[in-house]
Amino acid sequence: MAKQPAAVVGVGQTHHRAKRLDVSMAGLCREAIDRALEDAGMTLDEIDAIVVGKAPDLFEGVMMPELFLAEALGAAGKPLLRVHTAGSVGGSTAIVASSLVQAGVHKKVLTVAYEKQSESNAMWALSVPLPFNMPVHAGAGGYFAPHVRSYIRRSEAPTHVGAIVAAKDRNNALKNPYAHLHNEGTTVESVLASQMLWDPIRYDETCPSSDGACALVIVDEDTAKASPNPAWIHGTVMRSEATTAAERDQVNPQASRDAAAALWKQAGITSPIDEIDCAEIYVPFSWFEPMWLESLGFAEENGGGWRLTESGGTAMDGVLPVNCSGGVLSSNPIGASGMLRFGEAALQVRGAAGEHQVDGARKALGHAYGGGSQFFAMWVVGAEKPSN
Amino acid sequence: MRDVAVVGFAQRQMPEFDGSPTCVEMLVPLLAECYEQTGWTRRDIGFWCSGSSDYLAGRSFSFVSAVDAIGVIPPVNESHVEMDLAWAMYEAWLKIQTGEVDTALVYAFGKSSAGVLRRTLGLQLEPYTMTPLWPDTVSLAGLQARAGIDAGVWDETAMAEVANRSLTDAEKNDWSIRKGGSSVEELLAKPMYADPLRKHDCSPVTDGAAAIVLAADDKARDVRDKPAWISGLSHYIDPMGMGTRDLTRSPSAERAAAAVDLNGVEVAELHAPFSHQELILRRELGLADDVRINPSGGALTSNPMFSGGGIRIGEVATRIWSGEVAKGVGHATSGPALQQNLLCTLVSTPEGASN
Repeated sequence: MAKQPAAVVGVGQTHHRAKRLDVSMAGLCREAIDRALEDAGMTLDEIDAIVVGKAPDLFEGVMMPELFLAEALGAAGKPLLRVHTAGSVGGSTAIVASSLVQAGVHKKVLTVAYEKQSESNAMWALSVPLPFNMPVHAGAGGYFAPHVRSYIRRSEAPTHVGAIVAAKDRNNALKNPYAHLHNEGTTVESVLASQMLWDPIRYDETCPSSDGACALVIVDEDTAKASPNPAWIHGTVMRSEATTAAERDQVNPQASRDAAAALWKQAGITSPIDEIDCAEIYVPFSWFEPMWLESLGFAEENGGGWRLTESGGTAMDGVLPVNCSGGVLSSNPIGASGMLRFGEAALQVRGAAGEHQVDGARKALGHAYGGGSQFFAMWVVGAEKPSN
Repeated sequence: MRDVAVVGFAQRQMPEFDGSPTCVEMLVPLLAECYEQTGWTRRDIGFWCSGSSDYLAGRSFSFVSAVDAIGVIPPVNESHVEMDLAWAMYEAWLKIQTGEVDTALVYAFGKSSAGVLRRTLGLQLEPYTMTPLWPDTVSLAGLQARAGIDAGVWDETAMAEVANRSLTDAEKNDWSIRKGGSSVEELLAKPMYADPLRKHDCSPVTDGAAAIVLAADDKARDVRDKPAWISGLSHYIDPMGMGTRDLTRSPSAERAAAAVDLNGVEVAELHAPFSHQELILRRELGLADDVRINPSGGALTSNPMFSGGGIRIGEVATRIWSGEVAKGVGHATSGPALQQNLLCTLVSTPEGASN
């Protein structure tokens, strides 16, 4: 049996904040789930299966929290899966949920991804000393700064390009009521004036640490017919590579390039920059926008990315609006961040992105990555049902 | 649905693994064994999925080291579940059903001896009201066993019979870490461990890993004369709250049983880490008296966390490959007191394979 068509008909997310002390983990997830179900015009009773995703359990201090959450998530008496693939997990979780429909196993699947970082301490959770492993103790910024420096050197990028990305995403976030950061008046100059944290990454070029959740309702073709604006899934991909190896290119990892090539092929896309109307790309540190633009094939390697960003091409009115929601730079509930990218891409092609809607968006990319730039999850969604 | 079969299975079980909690040293030879069984190389695998727990390894991203171990340059199509091997296999089975890939290798690992397992597993409980009391999982199983005895659903003799049969069968399983049957009387004379559980009613703390290879249609027939075809695969979860469910039952196991066809099952490998849990599962699955239960010795004699469930499926598969049985069922559980359950029926002929 061939792959069954699948579509997103419900998207929900929480108001992301540094500490959501007003809700428990279950309450946080339900906030996103209830919004997704309302959007889909469904109740929990109609859902066949639930797929949960989140980053390391040490971030909240609960081992396999989906077990205690099962009842609150409406999974009691249903199948429940729990995915964990590092920072890409929100994307991977959405892909596993899609595969339940595409395989013809279920018709209505609910997926939710979350992180409640305020329950524990992410820096501690990432810094447990390991035998025979080099201690990083620098957080993700310290880990990725050398990759960014390498990109700047290779591509001869002007050093203010990161600030252009940060100012753009923080201003886009002002149009997204759910975004964690609503920093009015952010400009390239104000970003450049902010504290240098991990050279060349400044404070304002760094993602926040957020509590938040995102949920999607993914359904089969028949169910999608009832939706006024389904976002059809045109392609999904996951790729992984090693953390350390002499031949690795951390600036433009092969897993990323391979994933993009497989995704475009699956979605029948030959020129991404022309055929994709907007993209939600996982950019936790500003410079990853130009880096991923190149790796994904939107721009030429070694400079095409920063030129596209610098030209304004990734702004709301550019040739390829990137992170109109404000992106990871404005909200980062780690486990949910990937699903937010996937969900925001779906909102765009459904014409349901509100104030940050790109006019006439018909095809969009959702992208997530994790680990040491080694785990990738991506999808393409479209307003039309795919022909392939 | 495509016809998908288990065509490879390798396992390691031991009381204490002398290596890292990410078990990479155990995974490399395990994967080599899978290649040997199938005649494949790494590049013949269309999809990878692993199962493990960060809390068991005592670190975040424990699966990342495992990914390094399988050799992922060039990159692979890969995923991970914070679940037992059986659910990793479920995700891989889905991927094959989408038609994107024809083959998959799934693996799982856990070094339970690195901590105090029954206390580590206590961290699975509801964190706001239950974990602070830190009831350990053996004690919770004891409460469940007591509930069944008090309700007259089973008694200590029935539990000892399960243990005695398991320990006797384990003598024929090189991987079992506890073995040697005696008699029900002898077992009942042993001291209590977590009343009403004696030590032999509880699975031993076990380190280990396992891998399963799946293949679709002709790919499976190329590997084996008698692939173990998956004719049914189903899983469900119940609420965790101990006070809100009847601990003598397992509704999720009953639902899973209703979703697959258990008629004609000759062998059942049940993932019952406590003797009374086998009694619950036999009832929920409605298994006939002539069904052979846990010929491997089962989880009571060896139970590596995160591969213990998948190993049950692998054990049934090996009996299909050898022609010993034509139909069997493998079961996996997760969560305290049989909260989450998966059933996988395997048959020697794919005709009528359905889900």
